[in-house]
Parts: sequence; structure tokens; C-alpha cells
Amino acid sequence: MKNLHNDESFQKRIDANEHVEPRDYMPEGYRKHLIRQISQHAHSEVIGMQPEGNWITRAPSLRAKQILLAKIQDEGGHGLYLYSAAETLGVSREEMIEQLHSGKAKYSNIFNYPALNWADIGAIGWLVDGAAIVNQVSLQRTSYGPYSRAMIRICKEESFHQRQGYEIMCKMMAGTLEQKQMAQDAMNRWWWPALMMFGPHDSDSPHTGDAVKWKIKRESNDTLRQKFIDKTVQQAELIGLVIPDKDLKWNAQNGHYDHGTINWEEFFEVINGKGPCNKQRLEHHKKYHLEGEWVREAATAHKMKKIKRERHHLTH
Amino acid sequence: MNSKEILYNYCLRLGDDALILGQRLSELCSKGPILEEDLAQTNIALDMIGRAQALFNYASEINGGKNTADDIAYRRPEFQYRNHLLVEQPNEDFAHVIARQLYISAFEVLFYGSLENSKDSILASIASKTIKEIKYHLQHASDWTVRLGDGTPESTFKMQRAINNLWMYTGELFEMDSIDDQLLKSGIGVDKSPLIEKWRKQIQATLSEATLTMPEEMFMQSGGKQGVHTEHMGHLLSEMQYLQRAYPDAKW
Ligand SMILES: [Fe+2]
Ligand SMILES: [Fe+2]
Repeated sequence: MKNLHNDESFQKRIDANEHVEPRDYMPEGYRKHLIRQISQHAHSEVIGMQPEGNWITRAPSLRAKQILLAKIQDEGGHGLYLYSAAETLGVSREEMIEQLHSGKAKYSNIFNYPALNWADIGAIGWLVDGAAIVNQVSLQRTSYGPYSRAMIRICKEESFHQRQGYEIMCKMMAGTLEQKQMAQDAMNRWWWPALMMFGPHDSDSPHTGDAVKWKIKRESNDTLRQKFIDKTVQQAELIGLVIPDKDLKWNAQNGHYDHGTINWEEFFEVINGKGPCNKQRLEHHKKYHLEGEWVREAATAHKMKKIKRERHHLTH
Repeated sequence: MNSKEILYNYCLRLGDDALILGQRLSELCSKGPILEEDLAQTNIALDMIGRAQALFNYASEINGGKNTADDIAYRRPEFQYRNHLLVEQPNEDFAHVIARQLYISAFEVLFYGSLENSKDSILASIASKTIKEIKYHLQHASDWTVRLGDGTPESTFKMQRAINNLWMYTGELFEMDSIDDQLLKSGIGVDKSPLIEKWRKQIQATLSEATLTMPEEMFMQSGGKQGVHTEHMGHLLSEMQYLQRAYPDAKW
């Protein structure tokens, strides 16, 4: 009875667009949904460091290397903000990492695709970060305070990433024949997975109901996807990249681009572990987490010794 | 060598240390023991590549723009790289990463601290920008040396092993040759001979706080400044230079 009352007043606060803060009452479903979403988001930032990290050591100029290093650093920083935001809901980072390793927690499917040539670094920044921004801008207004604030910080950096990615694509398209081929090849491989980042169509999206009611999610998958397509098509055309969708065309009636059918079968195969890099990404994370165990243990042991010594000092 | 060539070579030596260590550290991305440390290592890598860029820009200018900073960084054969052997040593484990950083940063704090007073205003300004970063690198490496040295039996063993393994590459840091001597005379370069005592004191202090022991005197490796490297160098370069070498006409 009490909870029912609480849930009602909770929903009233949501409807009045109030932020929910860590100490406020929240329904268990709300908390669970947020933990799942924020930890998945944090893991995505961290796993996303791998395909890009794959090119740092081969970045073709000093400038490119610095930009890429700084970008990946930003992504790791996003991971940190988001882990902290999730921790306010009563889950530890160690628990979240365990869930990632056991497969209980997911990360964005996009990082199960490989980064094969240098233009992929351009395509990832331009398309993947570009798609992420559309989603994250919308999440700036999400109802949970710490998540919303993390998104505001993150969005500022993401727009740099998107511009820098596009800049790489521009350079490649203005370069030699081989560079142009690399750029188009990257475009061909990243376009559809980028569209899939927004998730299934609204008509068959399993989590949308409560998330919309609670204003965790502010705009639907299809709305966000359309925004992304509309802002990206002209950027591609401007530098001569062909979008690998023969059904893509401007729709003068509704003022948007219509796109072809998304291959959801592939999407679900990849989500279910059959993408080219699922195993590789997770094994990489597990391997280095395990390899770092002695370092973490040493840091803890050293801290305990120091505390002990200080206490000893105080009592003598 | 005329005075221009000498200065050009000096910039390459300093720039190569930064470039090659930056390259080594950038291998560590997404492999850190904790996320914070992953970011700390890429941050140091970023400082290093930034410093290399500044020094190679200057070298390119000295050379009348005949080659760009990227040409210098990416288009030389192995024997023309002038870095110390220490910085090209591989990331064996986290303890080696830290020991390498401790040795080089303790040296660089002294070296760039002195280069700040160079009569060459560009080198002096690069030094004063970079010295702030180096102090942080040294702090970071010292903190970890103490944590690992005075941590668990396993970490003590690993830290001591790394300290010992890399010791033979530290003598080269203080060698003076004709380029060093001539630039010292003209008030541009650094006198490295008096730095060694301060360096040893610094290392000694950190190691004793870490409950570790100073390595014994041993034969010191050298050759990096003459372009004679360890076997690791060729692999590092073939990865770093891959795109520049495979597509020589491309602009990135
Ligand atoms: Fe991010
Ligand atoms: Fe990003």
C-alpha cells in the first residue's frame, strides 16, 4: 500500500519533469532499468576503446596519433563518469565488470565489428560517435539526475569526435585512389551497423514502454535514427561517399530521407554473439583485467599497510 | 657537422626519445590494470607525442623545411633514430612500464630542468612547457614503484625484477659525445655528467621507500644515440611507419 502510494507520487514527479536523485524514492523497476542501461553504456565506452586502440600505434601522422589518443582517452573518461553514475544506484564497478564478463551485461553491438583500415577510424568517429551523439543529446533530458549530468558532460566531447572523424574521411576522399577506396570500404561496412545502433523499430522494441513512462528514454528509436540519417546523408554526398543503400531517397512530402530495409536478422545474430569480434572484444577485456589483478592487489595491500602504519604511529 | 646540423641532430635525439616512448605507451591502450591507469598511460603517451611534435617542428625549421615533422618521425630508417635504448624496451609487464618511466622521468626532470636555461629560446620554451608534464610522470611512476614494491610478495618480486632488468639501459642517459660537448660550449645544450649523482639519489630514495634495493653495478648498454638499437626497435618502427611506408604518396 505504502509502495503504491510512493509509486504514484514518483510518477507525478516524473510527469512534472523533476530530476530523480540517488537518495530519492524510486521503484525497483526504475532502478533496475537504469543500472542495466547505464552499465551497458559505460561498458560500451570502454569496449569501444579496443577497435580504435587497434590503430593508435599505426596512426599515420603525429597529429592523427595525438587526436586519436585524446579521443580514446575521452571515451575511457566517459566510461568512468558512467560507472560512477551507475554506482549511485547501489552497484559497484567490480560487480558491473563481473556482469560484463559473464555476459549478463551487454555493450553496444557496434563494437563487435572490426576496424580494418585507417578510414575506419574516420568512419567510427563520424558515424558511430555521430549516431551516439543523437542518442546522448536526447538523454541529456533523462529523468535520473546523475545520468543526465553525465550525458551533458559527455555530449560536449562527442561533437569533437564526430568532427574529427569526418575530417579523416574528407582527407581520405581528397587523397589517392587507394585512400578513396579505403574510405568507401569503411563507409560500406559501418553505415548499416550505425543505423542499427538505435535499436529495433518502435513497433518491436521490448524495453520502450516503461522507459518512456519514466522518462528515462525521451525519444523513440525510429525518431532518433531518422535524425541521424537526415544530418549524415549530405555530409557523405559533399565529399563523394556513396551511402550503401539503393533505396535511400529524399522524401519531399515529410522532409526526411527514406531508407531501405534494415537487416535485423544480422543485428540479432551479432547481438547473440555471432559478430566478427564479439569473442575477441570480451576475451581482450577479460585477459587484461586478469593480468592486472596482481597490480590491483598490490595497490590494496599497500594501502592497508599504510593505514596500519599510521594507526600504529598514532597509538604510540 | 656545422652548427645547424649539430642543433638539428640534438632535436632529433630529444624528439626520438619522446616519440619512441610515446609509441610504446600507446600500445597499452585498453590494456591497463584499471581504467584510471589505462587513461594515465595514454595521457603520458599523449604528452610524449606532443613533445616529439614540437621538437620535430623545430628540427624541420632548422633544416629549412626540407622535411616535415612527419617525415622526420615516420620516414627514417632504423639506424637514423637517435633515442636511448631504454625507451624502446618493450612493455614486458606493468612493473617494467613503471620502472622504465621512473628511470626516464627522473632523468628528464633534471635534463629539461637544465635545458630551460638554454640560450636557444625555442628549446628553452619547449623545456619549460614539458617540465610540468615530466614532474607529473615522475610522481606517477614513483607512486606506483612504492605501491608495487611495498605491496604483495608477488608485486615486490616483479617490481624488483623490472628495476634490475632495465638498469643496464640507464648509463647511456648520461653519456656525453661531441654533439653534447659542442652544444654545451655554446650554451645551448645540457651538461649531463653532474646529473648522474642527483639521479641516483632520487632513484635510491624512491626504491628505499618501496622497500626495494638498488641494482648492483653492471656493464651498461649503449648505442641508441649512434643508431645502434636493440632487436625490439625494428618491430616498433614497422608498426609505426606502416601507413607512411605502404602508401608513400598519400597525405593523411
Ligand atoms: Fe563516448
Ligand atoms: Fe566519442
